[in-house]
Amino acid sequence: MAYSEKVMDHFANPRNVGEIENADGIGEVGNSKCGDIMKMYIKVEDDIITDVKFKTFGCGAAIATSSMATEMIKGKSINDALKLTNKAVMEALDGLPPVKVHCSVLAEQAIKAAISDYYQKMGIDPDPIVGCVPECDDCGCH
Amino acid sequence: MRNIYADNSATTALSPVVLEKMMPYLTEVYGNPSSLYRIGGAAKEAVEKSRENIAKNLGAKFPNEIFFTSGGSESDNWALKGVCHALKAKGKNHIITSKFEHHAILHTCESLEKEGFEVTYLDVYENGIVHPEDVENAIKENTAIVSIMYANNEIGTIQPISEIGAICKKHGVLFHTDAVQAAGFVKINVTEQNIDLLSMTAHKIHGPKGCGLLYVRRGVKIENLIDGGAQERGRRAGTENVAGIVGLDAALQLAIDTMSERNAKLTKMRDRLIDGLLKIERSRINGDRVHRLPGNVNMCFEGIEGESLLLRLDLNGISASSGSACTSGSLDPSHVLLAIGLPHEIAHGSMRLSFSDGTTEEDIDYILEVVPKIVDYLRAMSPLWEKIKKDEAAQNA
Repeated sequence: MAYSEKVMDHFANPRNVGEIENADGIGEVGNSKCGDIMKMYIKVEDDIITDVKFKTFGCGAAIATSSMATEMIKGKSINDALKLTNKAVMEALDGLPPVKVHCSVLAEQAIKAAISDYYQKMGIDPDPIVGCVPECDDCGCH
Repeated sequence: MRNIYADNSATTALSPVVLEKMMPYLTEVYGNPSSLYRIGGAAKEAVEKSRENIAKNLGAKFPNEIFFTSGGSESDNWALKGVCHALKAKGKNHIITSKFEHHAILHTCESLEKEGFEVTYLDVYENGIVHPEDVENAIKENTAIVSIMYANNEIGTIQPISEIGAICKKHGVLFHTDAVQAAGFVKINVTEQNIDLLSMTAHKIHGPKGCGLLYVRRGVKIENLIDGGAQERGRRAGTENVAGIVGLDAALQLAIDTMSERNAKLTKMRDRLIDGLLKIERSRINGDRVHRLPGNVNMCFEGIEGESLLLRLDLNGISASSGSACTSGSLDPSHVLLAIGLPHEIAHGSMRLSFSDGTTEEDIDYILEVVPKIVDYLRAMSPLWEKIKKDEAAQNA
């Protein structure tokens, strides 16, 4: 199993690591039993994600996909961020080994969870907009 | 940047001394040992000389109790499948092994279970050591074979092989041990220790990859795994890996000759490293501290995941593993760490360092400098660590 240079770059120098104080939305997905947890913080102004930070417990791919996903939604509208797919994150990283695809799914879910949280804080029901954020069910280690 | 190879339990560098002994058989003496002409005869002679010396070094009574194979996995497969298939007709269809064997044993057992054999997987307890009395209690009328590894490949714990051998002898049950990790680090005498079958391989002790052996005590009934030509007295077909066999013999000889000095040096370095790394908060050493291979350090650091730790070690020039190289690429934590009772989330954060003669005190200094920094870095970005610290604060409040 080998990672692409892009994955290694985002793993070795992850972008947007940390927390946002008074974040407008926080999403956490994954669980420790499966070996990965992603936590995303977003700051939103006029429907634009002005800042995003993440904390991840997980493998190289989990850290790299978190980093890439935050880069891809920073400065984007919420609508655009919701359109981000795990496939797009994977492509931006020049691919992932098959057993690591679920990490990119987790990154997509973490963004959706953070946006859901943002809508909830605004008093808006997120479900019709964000859809349901599934639980991690594909890591196969239960 | 320093480069430290700390994954000698995965494989080792070929020793120049061993290579030198192998060279003639890779170049001028290329004949097939089964052939009649002289360069065939010279190759045959080299194989038989190696067999004799290995038999002596393992305490075997007869050279022809040594059968050369492609390595540890083949030997393990052959030992269990060969014995079970041979004893099936006698109604012996029960195998006793442990929960933390190498996959070459565990997956072979699973395959035999599909054929209808029954397998008992013994507990290895928190310190990673099989209790001989558990072996005795598990033996039944229909037990064909007991297979317990000599030393574990992930946590390096050394098993009470002599005691288990004595129990098996007492009950008339065959005893196999996978000594792939132990050979060259512990004194082995198959006759005195009542070992009926033993697997080992060359590449863990600075020999070449692709050559190992199965010791089979004379009189033990075993079916063939690989059929074909009449090599190995018709028991294991395939043209002999002559250079590999010469390399296996040379590597084992070298390992035995240097054993006591090397073990003393490695044990000292290992213990210094363990003591140093245990200063990291919420770290633990996996497996018994005393009954373990001299070059094995296996630790867990809570709140971080093993693969990212290994990748960061690699970025700092340190080659390590998080368990068995055969299982990386799988998402499940190590079956060995689960067998000694670690919860999944802690088992995910493991690191195995395994050393060789070439390891220096400076290497240990460097590892002691680098690992705590990496653990701190990964913990700072870990939501799991954040939770652990929060729970800790709540408990203390």
